[in-house]
Amino acid sequence: MIPGKFEYFAPSSVKEAIGLLDRYGEDAKILAGGQSLIPAMRFRLAQPEILVDINRIEGLDYIRELDDYLAIGAMTREASLEKSALISQRYPLLADTAKVIADPLVRNMATVGGNLAHADPANDHPATMLAYDATLVAEGPDGDTIIGIDDFFLGLFETSLAKDQILKEIRLPKPGPGSGGAYLKIERKVGDYAVVGVAIQLTVENGTVTAARIGLTNVAGAPMRAKNAEAALIGNAPTGDILEKAGQAAAAECEPWSDLRGSEEYKRDMVRIVTKRAIRKAVERVGA
Amino acid sequence: MSITESDKDVRITTPADVCGMGHRMKRKEDPRFIQGAGHYVDDIKLPGMLYLDIVRSPHAHAKILNIDASAALALPGVLAVITGQDLKAAGNLHMMPTLMSDTQMVLPIEKVVYYAQEVCAVVATSRYIAADAVELVKVDYEPLPAVVDPFQALKDEVIVREDKEKKSNHVWHWETGNKDATDEVFSRSSKVVKQKMHIPRIHVSSIETCGMVADWDKINEHMTIYMTSQAPHAHRTVVSLVSGIPEHKIRVISPDIGGGFGGKVPVYPGYVCTIVASLVTGKPVKWIEDRSENLQADSFARDYHIDAELAADANGKITGLRVKTLADDGAADAAANPSKFPAGLYSIGTGSYDMEAAHFEVDAAYTTKPPGGVAYRCSFRVTEAVHMIERMTDIMAHDLGQDPAEFRMKNFIKKEQFPYHSPTGWDYDSGDYHRALRLAMDLIGYEDLRKEQAEKRQRGELMGIGISSFTEIVGAGPSKDFDILGIKMFDSCEIRIHPTGSAIVRIGVQTQGQGHETTFAQIVAEELGLPASAITVEHGDTDTAPYGLGTYASRSTPTAGAAAAVAARKIRDKARKIAAYLLEANEEDLEWDVNKFMVKGSPTRAKTIQEIAFAAYTNFPQGMEAGMEAVNYYDPPNLTFPFGSYICVVDIDKGTGEVKVRRFVAVDDCGNIINPLIVEGQIHGGLTMGLAPALFEEIVYDENGQNLSGTFMDYLLPTSMETPKWELGKTVTPSPHHPIGAKGVGESPTVGAPPAIANAVVDALWHLGVRHLEIPITPPKIWKILRDNGIDED
Ligand SMILES: Cc1cc2nc3c(=O)[nH]c(=O)nc-3n(C[C@H](O)[C@H](O)[C@H](O)COP(=O)(O)OP(=O)(O)OC[C@H]3O[C@@H](n4cnc5c(N)ncnc54)[C@H](O)[C@@H]3O)c2cc1C
Repeated sequence: MIPGKFEYFAPSSVKEAIGLLDRYGEDAKILAGGQSLIPAMRFRLAQPEILVDINRIEGLDYIRELDDYLAIGAMTREASLEKSALISQRYPLLADTAKVIADPLVRNMATVGGNLAHADPANDHPATMLAYDATLVAEGPDGDTIIGIDDFFLGLFETSLAKDQILKEIRLPKPGPGSGGAYLKIERKVGDYAVVGVAIQLTVENGTVTAARIGLTNVAGAPMRAKNAEAALIGNAPTGDILEKAGQAAAAECEPWSDLRGSEEYKRDMVRIVTKRAIRKAVERVGA
Repeated sequence: MSITESDKDVRITTPADVCGMGHRMKRKEDPRFIQGAGHYVDDIKLPGMLYLDIVRSPHAHAKILNIDASAALALPGVLAVITGQDLKAAGNLHMMPTLMSDTQMVLPIEKVVYYAQEVCAVVATSRYIAADAVELVKVDYEPLPAVVDPFQALKDEVIVREDKEKKSNHVWHWETGNKDATDEVFSRSSKVVKQKMHIPRIHVSSIETCGMVADWDKINEHMTIYMTSQAPHAHRTVVSLVSGIPEHKIRVISPDIGGGFGGKVPVYPGYVCTIVASLVTGKPVKWIEDRSENLQADSFARDYHIDAELAADANGKITGLRVKTLADDGAADAAANPSKFPAGLYSIGTGSYDMEAAHFEVDAAYTTKPPGGVAYRCSFRVTEAVHMIERMTDIMAHDLGQDPAEFRMKNFIKKEQFPYHSPTGWDYDSGDYHRALRLAMDLIGYEDLRKEQAEKRQRGELMGIGISSFTEIVGAGPSKDFDILGIKMFDSCEIRIHPTGSAIVRIGVQTQGQGHETTFAQIVAEELGLPASAITVEHGDTDTAPYGLGTYASRSTPTAGAAAAVAARKIRDKARKIAAYLLEANEEDLEWDVNKFMVKGSPTRAKTIQEIAFAAYTNFPQGMEAGMEAVNYYDPPNLTFPFGSYICVVDIDKGTGEVKVRRFVAVDDCGNIINPLIVEGQIHGGLTMGLAPALFEEIVYDENGQNLSGTFMDYLLPTSMETPKWELGKTVTPSPHHPIGAKGVGESPTVGAPPAIANAVVDALWHLGVRHLEIPITPPKIWKILRDNGIDED
């Protein structure tokens, strides 16, 4: 469990970090919380020659509600999300998510930015950010780029970030009237990656769902939205049959595989069950 | 923690300042552990120390065509790469004996026989260089077909051990009990239930992995070995026999050990390589496994495929048990059983029930998987036996339409039948099974739970109640039957009382977290009246501790614990003589009271043990030897038979198939209790280790013999979050033959818990036609049953 050889840089500004990424190209990797990257290096699944540690860069760790959106610095630790009163009161879907990622030790180090940039469909934030319709801000040699979450995930461990871009900020729409959200995850034990996870953010007006976005965890080769399930909900009252329909739609459109977490069939059925439960919980929160 | 029953049955004869048996003394070892001052093998750092790392096989079964170490040797800091050929040249060290008179490769020459097998060892000046060098060793393999399933293996289409004379994967056949009598009983019994079950392959997963520092002193031709060992003396003897180094030139030190659970009894290839590396380089060499190596290559536990039949008469009285079993040994029979017991103490499988006859047959097969299996927190296959009989009992009760508690009560061996001679030849020393189960039922509110279950079932909710009333067999063991590699399974204690009345106690067993430093002090305090706080307990250093066979199989209290009491009594005998001299009285006129001898009838004429100890060095009778010390090698007359009754309540999520253990009551009877606090700690840990295989843990291989659960991401150790609140109760039935009436407790909960949980889940699903579920009972297994029966969430 000893990683291969690497060179280590600890830049103190984003510009400096971008300069290093630019110089070393494919050989370099950003080190954020290290909770995905370091295990991969210890198993020698990843053997980067250069590590660019961005932990010393100031000003990337914040949670701020602005006029138009909630801004989260990419280096914000999961533990900060978990402890934030603002998040737990106004962003229940995000609060749910932070609580079920790994264990407290990992959450003290792991960052929201790293969780997204890693683009692991087993990670929980991708589904949540898809459901929130988040916007990401990345900086590269040519300045800032704004990326819609739907355009961010390209595949397993693959994002639209260029090699010399650093994810700086995640922006979430502020909760509007009638909105609610929830994240539910089935795990084999606490701290496990999801067997399945469902993130939902919806708006209910006069008993009818007017907007809904659903993200799924660990049931496809890349983080995915359950668009058919969303369609099944929108324009309908979120009860009985409609929940079942949405659940079935999500179960049909995901692409799980059989492994130690369960058979493909089992996972699809869990997507159905958990989708229904997550919708119910989100709707309850609309009322609250 | 919740203690549902008080310590009212716990025997206490000493005041708190003496702190003998029965006191809730805090563990003497904890200050150093809590403050991070424990000293483990990986904390040993010697000047000039080298590091060893191991190249492992990516195949379960493959011919080795070539090993090219040139690139590794070219890396600065690499001193040697040791191969099987090298070991062979050094005196046939490429093979080693297992504890079960089988052989096992240290390093391969022809082929590898399991995934992650040790292929060669790299020695370098730092851990990092060694790890880099491992990557640089180029091994060419020609893959051979793997054989993962032991039933398939018995067809002998793929031979695992071509090095053996017998070209077959069948390792051995073993029987016990009376076949004819059992067949006869079955032929006249009106009710027979049958069930196949698999007790899956699991791993001890101690927090500390295995490791060693070997330090060869060329000048004095002396080898010091720091080793993660549960049995340092036995390991010293083995090292001497295998290496040819005279035993007095070997010192094995087992420092603080971070959990053993049976996994630190076997000798692993890494140890041998480390010793050879130190001999070759003349330098101290350290080897510490990483987690995956530990999980993937070190001895597994269990892996019994059981085919059981239980017979009863028309009234539901159990009459007989017939069991056939196939043991999956992996690539060598590296079990850690006493020599005469290839299937360990599996024949305890008639359990807590009185029956006329029983017959057990066990066969073992080689497969291309790591060798084993160790007695994981279990007295040699007792866990497998108890799971079998407790599942069978439940199936029989359910099949007969009888309440499983009532059924057990009807079939228990009665209190007045002890000592009880079992149909497989064991003499159970003592027990009161009815009382333990009744107490467990009262603590959990059994009758009310059954009512609740009936109501819930009406509403379509799934709730189950499971019982396990187990009997253990521990404390191996009497020398007439028990040995390991010929060494009898006695154990030992040496006590020295210092002039000022404090003492050192040295024992032949070795703690890995059980609290020996506290409990052995309490035993001696009980016998001599010296405060337990004034008694140092030492173990784990073969140069100082008396010879013993080590700690596993719940044997420390039954064997070395007895030795401590007997040695203390020898000291008391001498103390009586000195007291008589000091008090100018006849020995017969003295009586012992907690910590002093006094003249009968005149309590003011007394000498405390401290005064007597001082006199033993300063003022003793002419002709008497000075000093106060004693040693005892205790050969137990019988094993001890701890028992208990566990009841578990589960709720099942109809949507996901998840099992929630709502309540778990454990009533244990381990005879007289040395320290209730430590006993409860042992039970808490043991229950969690029983929950683990019931619901979570399993080592899984694919059809190519690749380990799919080789990290803690996929080998699912439960955490405190998965663990229910354990509710404990106790009864006390002292062992009649043990000097302090104690029985051993470390393993009861690991052994007793899995069937209680499995029985509860089956109980919740019995009305759907479910008779049995293989452990670990994971949500997908239950989900399948639910959906097959048209059950979905409301
Ligand atoms: C035991 C364990 C259990 C876990 N369980 C879960 C779980 O249940 N759910 C879950 O979601 N996650 C889980 N994780 C993963 C954890 O949340 C990771 O921390 C997270 O996926 C990555 O965040 P990090 O800050 O640690 O990133 P790092 O590991 O440092 O980096 C991950 C990747 O992202 C890149 N990167 C990081 N930050 C940036 C940035 N600002 N811009 C561009 N690229 C960047 C890195 O170069 C690297 O490729 C678990 C981890 C462990 C060790």
